[in-house]
Amino acid sequence: MLTHEKIESNVGWLIVLIVLLVSVGGLAEIVPLFFQKSTTTPLNELVKPYDPLRLAGRDIYLREGCYNCHSQMIRPFRAETERYGHYSVAGEFVYDHPFQWGSKRTGPDLARVGGRYSDQWHRIHLLNPRDVVPESNMPAYYWLDRPLKEPNIGAKMAALRAVGVPYTDKEIADAPAAVAGKTELEAVIAYLQGMGLALKQTR
Amino acid sequence: MDFNNTNDFVSGFWSLYVIVITLVSVLGCGVFLLVQDKAMTNAGNTTGHVWDETLEEYSNPLPNWWRWMFYITVVFALVYLAVYPGLGYFGGSFGWTARGQYDGEMKKADEQYAPIFNKFLKMDVKAVAANPEAKEIGQRLFLTYCTQCHGSDAKGGKGFPNLTDSDWLWGGTPDKIKESITKGRDAMMPAKGTKPDLTDDEIKDLANYVRSLSGLSADAARVEKGKALFPLACAACHGPEGKGNVGVAPNLTDKTWLYGSSEDEIIKGISHGRVNRMPAWGEFLGEAKVHLLTAYVYGLGGGKDEPAAAEAAPAAPAADAAPAATEKK
Repeated sequence: MLTHEKIESNVGWLIVLIVLLVSVGGLAEIVPLFFQKSTTTPLNELVKPYDPLRLAGRDIYLREGCYNCHSQMIRPFRAETERYGHYSVAGEFVYDHPFQWGSKRTGPDLARVGGRYSDQWHRIHLLNPRDVVPESNMPAYYWLDRPLKEPNIGAKMAALRAVGVPYTDKEIADAPAAVAGKTELEAVIAYLQGMGLALKQTR
Repeated sequence: MDFNNTNDFVSGFWSLYVIVITLVSVLGCGVFLLVQDKAMTNAGNTTGHVWDETLEEYSNPLPNWWRWMFYITVVFALVYLAVYPGLGYFGGSFGWTARGQYDGEMKKADEQYAPIFNKFLKMDVKAVAANPEAKEIGQRLFLTYCTQCHGSDAKGGKGFPNLTDSDWLWGGTPDKIKESITKGRDAMMPAKGTKPDLTDDEIKDLANYVRSLSGLSADAARVEKGKALFPLACAACHGPEGKGNVGVAPNLTDKTWLYGSSEDEIIKGISHGRVNRMPAWGEFLGEAKVHLLTAYVYGLGGGKDEPAAAEAAPAAPAADAAPAATEKK
């Protein structure tokens, strides 16, 4: 029998029991998510792996810390769905590694921003948000209008394939050509314009 | 796939797995407490082990308020798991789901707002535009969904049409406005128009000619040369006189300029073309809100009455002399 004294005076037992204790929540709440169809299979045929340009845009989104102010998760409340569209569901994010749900909204949610504005609007807005939304407090990302440098795009796609994104060898081989000659601005806009289309037309 | 059913484990094992871990940990806490409680109560004085020669630890029972709070949390957890979802496939006796709560919220809102929306939906756009209540609703909708591009005053900006004047790219009748909102609009001016071999010098000639059409200052020699090029490069869409066609190409002879009237801006437009888009809102907003927005936009001042009038090229000179940019270049 494990007595109080034995546990407290034996560091091995202490470690084992503490690990067991703190992992209960994760074992019950996180582990089963890997074995649910709704969290591991794409929602519909509109949910596709990121093409190379959108993937590059997504990396710029991460680099610039867009997630610090923008969430990508519409919660199932009327106040949110009236403004942003259908609430987000797990099957929309199966190719996001890692997902960008975020937890802070200084700016609006972006989960369904795809197609909501024209490319031209995004171009103006990213370079200087005040040009289209005078009261905006978003920083100007004026440096984005420069050549996109993505020498490792193929390696990035190969890494994503290792965690389950079904890129083909041909897609990976063609990736450098797909991002050649593009600007960072174009990559970010391509990423934004593809967001949330899977349930765009669903109320 | 029914994305609202999240009880879709790949096998029933995982439901059992969650149930076992949850119940064992909750009940385990209760049993552990009970056992320790007894042990400590019986001990009476110390835990029995000694550190640093003489250091001992008392083993007194927990204070009652604390002990009972522990038991209450265990009972609370069990009651919660009995009524709300938490144990694998077992959905709880209340039948609560996040989806159900959302649907309830939407249904309640529908009951409250549908009569108002339907009242206006049955009315003619012009009548709705004249209704003060509809105007307030329309303005709120406009501020939520439209201002990002058209501005809170609806006067647009460079590349985004002014909705308050009487100049319309796609038609200012109620039907045309509604079509623009519902289906969106895609605009494309090809680079160098219908004459792909235009040289930079010829483009400059054309820019000067186009400026002269609106009475803006232009180089006379270039205007003459541009005039000769216009039928070849531009007239197919903008018409022989440059007065444009609603829904096809903008009027180049008026004072409204979507992208600006400077020579540089016009040269840029001819050289690279222009691509623009109004997104489609029909599916997102639904018929009733589109109807209210149509009336709001129609009522901003530039709404057109006769469909016939909108077909003809709008010779409408902008009422205000301010450089409001509306017309596509």
